[in-house]
Amino acid sequence: MLGKSQKAAHLAEDITDYTVIQGRSLWQDARMRFVRNKAAMASLFILAMIVLFTIIGPYFAVWSNEEIDWNVMGDARGMGMPSAETGHFFGVDDLGRDLYSRIIQATTTSLLVGLIGAATALIVGTCYGIAAGYIGGRTDGVMMRFVDILLAIPATLVIILLLVVAGRSFVMLFIALGAVGWLTMARIVRGQTLTLKNREFIEAARAAGVSEFTIMYRHILPNLLGVVIVYASLLVPEMILTESFISFLGLGISEPYTSLGRLIAEGAGTMGYGTLWQLLFPLTFYVAIIITMFFIGDGLRDALDPKDR
Amino acid sequence: MLAYIVRRLLIAVPTILLLIVASFFLMHFAPGGPFTSERPLPPAVLANIEARYGLDQPLWKQLWDYLYNIVVHFDFGPSFKFKDRDVNDIIAQGFPISLTYGSLSFLVATTVGVALGIAAAIKHNSWIDYFAVGLGIAAQALPNFIMGPILILTFTLWLGWLPGGGWNGGQWPYLIMPVIALATSYMGSIARITRSSMLEVLNSNFIRTARAKGLPTRTVIWRHALKPTLLPVVSYLGPVFVYVLTGSVFVDIYFSTGGLGQAYVGSALSRDYAVLLGVTILYGVLTVLVNLLTDLAYAWFDPKIRY
Repeated sequence: MLGKSQKAAHLAEDITDYTVIQGRSLWQDARMRFVRNKAAMASLFILAMIVLFTIIGPYFAVWSNEEIDWNVMGDARGMGMPSAETGHFFGVDDLGRDLYSRIIQATTTSLLVGLIGAATALIVGTCYGIAAGYIGGRTDGVMMRFVDILLAIPATLVIILLLVVAGRSFVMLFIALGAVGWLTMARIVRGQTLTLKNREFIEAARAAGVSEFTIMYRHILPNLLGVVIVYASLLVPEMILTESFISFLGLGISEPYTSLGRLIAEGAGTMGYGTLWQLLFPLTFYVAIIITMFFIGDGLRDALDPKDR
Repeated sequence: MLAYIVRRLLIAVPTILLLIVASFFLMHFAPGGPFTSERPLPPAVLANIEARYGLDQPLWKQLWDYLYNIVVHFDFGPSFKFKDRDVNDIIAQGFPISLTYGSLSFLVATTVGVALGIAAAIKHNSWIDYFAVGLGIAAQALPNFIMGPILILTFTLWLGWLPGGGWNGGQWPYLIMPVIALATSYMGSIARITRSSMLEVLNSNFIRTARAKGLPTRTVIWRHALKPTLLPVVSYLGPVFVYVLTGSVFVDIYFSTGGLGQAYVGSALSRDYAVLLGVTILYGVLTVLVNLLTDLAYAWFDPKIRY
């Protein structure tokens, strides 16, 4: 019989310690690589700060985004500049409305537009792409030809057209952005599905009697997720860009709601009068959001793309 | 190759037809029109106006006439808003302007972008590389409608070097800012694509072989690396062209250059569906044609593709 020594106990613990040899899953691996990417982490931090600002910011606002400060209205240049005394932290716009509150509102709109637009595109595009790729044959041909035709129409024009025809509103904007965003997503997903559907594990699932729908949902979808997430993360800034472009032209969201593109347009219209803050504040927020999202998207691609292992 | 061209053309035709029909119905079912106003017109007057534009005909007849006129006479019909002008007149006036600065910025974006990307890849991890990458990312975050105000602020308001807008028959001081504003962000994307593509090519085996047999770096890059590097760039040119087209919408509004974009947004705001439809179709047809051309260029560039 062996005596109970502390050393033996330690040894036994070491030997039975399975944690040290536990494998890392794909997602843990990706997360580690993403965390190590300094640019992406810094961008994530800045973006989180901006989101936090849109949540907490309203509690510090003195003026709402619709109120007009009659005192400074006629003289935005002389009295409407950014100052803590008047409560206009970012100054006022040309009509005497508080830019601080308007920027919070605009940033929220732009972020929501990006997220919801990309989410719509992601869901529709993924479903369509999986269906086309998995069913294959003539159905696939018809479905993808349809996508090709739609892709041939300039997206911005389609959005402008839809907004003019159906009227300008939040819901219509989301629908219009989603309607043009899903096409490329569908193509990417379909391509990936084609390479996946003939692999052994799919065949094994089919041999085991798993239904077609469950195969798509349980076996193909999880394997697509990496590619889909990467593309979706690049789609978010693209959606924000498109929406801002349309708002800049005055065809997007209507007052009192506003978006960063609209604010930049207003600031650009009045920059000749010496009220430069009306351009610079929205521009800073806008460029910060777009650049951080580019870096996050790049970081996600480096983390999830199996090609660069 | 010829069979491929014919097949692609055969696909392009239904695409364009579908585009026309879809836009036509979209416009037709839109609520409100150019003739609805605050003060309703007497029914008799409205009926007269509708008869003038053929709006009293059954829908299929309207569609057929519209298609027939476009295909046979290349005629997009009269404008609803401007009584003395056809859609054709508006297009003929605006399109050359859009085409001028559009193709110029297309040229600038591709040449500068490709040059930057190649320089960055050749001098990998040097300050040139970092500069090019930084510039590329910054440029991508500065789309035309951001660059426009920044340029005007700098060159018109502060320095006073360039006129802030107008066209004046396309004299070069009026061209500079629209072209730069339009080119910047695509230049950034092209530079990044070229750089990563060139890096990949430079690491491949055939380049190592070329180096190993003692070719000078210059020959290796121009004779061997350039063509495969440009493949992804060529496939990106179609989208760039579309961006330049839609970007013209911004340039015309912001710099008052009087191109087609001004007509487009103007007609969108005043619900002049005839002009809106005409310009949409023109842009759609151009897009289809350019996509066709890029695909052919791709086939010519890439020896691996055989049709």
